[in-house]
Amino acid sequence: MALQSLDIQRRSATTTPPPGVRQTPKVAKLIDISKCIGCKACQAACMEWNDLRDDVGTTAGVYDNPRDLNENTWTLMRYAEVEPEKGTLEWLIRKDGCMHCADPGCLKACPAPGAVIQYSNGIVDFHEENCIGCGYCVTGCPFNIPRLSPKDSKVYKCTLCSDRVMAGLEPACVKTCPTGAILFGTKADMLHHAAGRVLDLKSRGFARAGIYDPPGVGGTHVMYVLQHADRPELYCGLPAEPSISPMVSLWKGAAKPLASLAFGMVAAGAFFHYVTKGPNEVSEETGKEGKK
Amino acid sequence: MKKDPEKLSRFTAAERANHWLSALTFILLALSGLAFFHPAFYPLNQLFGGGVWTRILHPFIGLMMAISFCVMFFRFRKLNTITQTDREWLGHVREMVDGDDRNMPEAGKFNGGQKVLFWLLVACMALLLLSGIVVWRAYFSFMFPVSVIRLASVVHAAGAAGMILLIIGHIYMAIWTRESMGAMLYGQVRRVWARQHHPAWFRQMTGGDK
Repeated sequence: MALQSLDIQRRSATTTPPPGVRQTPKVAKLIDISKCIGCKACQAACMEWNDLRDDVGTTAGVYDNPRDLNENTWTLMRYAEVEPEKGTLEWLIRKDGCMHCADPGCLKACPAPGAVIQYSNGIVDFHEENCIGCGYCVTGCPFNIPRLSPKDSKVYKCTLCSDRVMAGLEPACVKTCPTGAILFGTKADMLHHAAGRVLDLKSRGFARAGIYDPPGVGGTHVMYVLQHADRPELYCGLPAEPSISPMVSLWKGAAKPLASLAFGMVAAGAFFHYVTKGPNEVSEETGKEGKK
Repeated sequence: MKKDPEKLSRFTAAERANHWLSALTFILLALSGLAFFHPAFYPLNQLFGGGVWTRILHPFIGLMMAISFCVMFFRFRKLNTITQTDREWLGHVREMVDGDDRNMPEAGKFNGGQKVLFWLLVACMALLLLSGIVVWRAYFSFMFPVSVIRLASVVHAAGAAGMILLIIGHIYMAIWTRESMGAMLYGQVRRVWARQHHPAWFRQMTGGDK
């Protein structure tokens, strides 16, 4: 939630153009998983910048802490011990959080005008003062990211530090990453840099290295460099081909104008039936035959 | 209300109260539900105290309607058994819509159209109740996988659209067929009304009296 009010590309539950006179370059965060050491500095920086403190929980015997994203944890390191090939153990660590889809399922599903905003730079932001707490964004998201707070019934997620980006700063997680595994810049620059990283990884034996910028959601403004781009599920269930579910598209697409039209047609049909055919009254004949 | 002995009793006080409780909760549900369905209807949330209150209230009103509807279902279930006469009535429905009821087979307490409406409403209500529980984020959604919630969202919207269309038709039929509104408001109808619109029921009520 921030102050950019003139560079809005899309606004939830809004059928007229939002104020979009100001055009800003498309930005992206690039997370190079091959450089990540799993130190969680990004997770700590996120809490610090956004003033979020989750309750102290209990350990479950794994590094993932807390176990899942929640209203106080907008980014989370997920650790996977996998064997991509028999006998090769790899520790794949993924920084999970909002992917800032170009075609956001949360925004499509949201019924509250202006509760989900997509800026012209590509950042997808929740404006919680407009949120009604229905959870439709959770239903719409292909990445299982938004979390409904039990305390205030509002949804929360990574803002890509829209407040920092507006002021020309990089997101807090990028600022703090000690290995340079998280980068921020224009999407074009990030893709260019990622292409170089993929070449490097390929030369080091990761033949299937690649960029994760899934076209099913129009590309994302948070991208990964993956050692095994052919199998994103290895990275704690990163979806291979994410897209807005056809159910959500039907519910928030065709159904809306079709049903609205049907309501109008049936009501108009009834009205014109009345004025053309007239009411169905007790006829004179029946009246004469009967007593009353 | 004083009973008019010349009139026929069509609905008891309990039946009327039951019907109108279902009707009132339905109106509230349609208005609050439409607010979430299409941005064009979002301003309807102001009737309920804003978007958040609309989101909080809608499912509780939904439960009230489901209970009221369920009672009504058991009340009228037997009366709505579709018979051969009803099928013939439905075969002639086009003439009825044209305003010509001379060739219509004799309807009982409810005609074929009313019975079909009844069963379609029952189907919509069942779908709405089941899907509504799944999408009730505050208490139940966490029990279901997201694929089920997505399906339930579509089912809920479709069931609601179906029910709204059916009720528009139901209300129009009540306006179109003069004096039938009185049956549900006051419980009684004129004998000639019964003889014209529900002849078989009329004979049953009057013991074959012509």
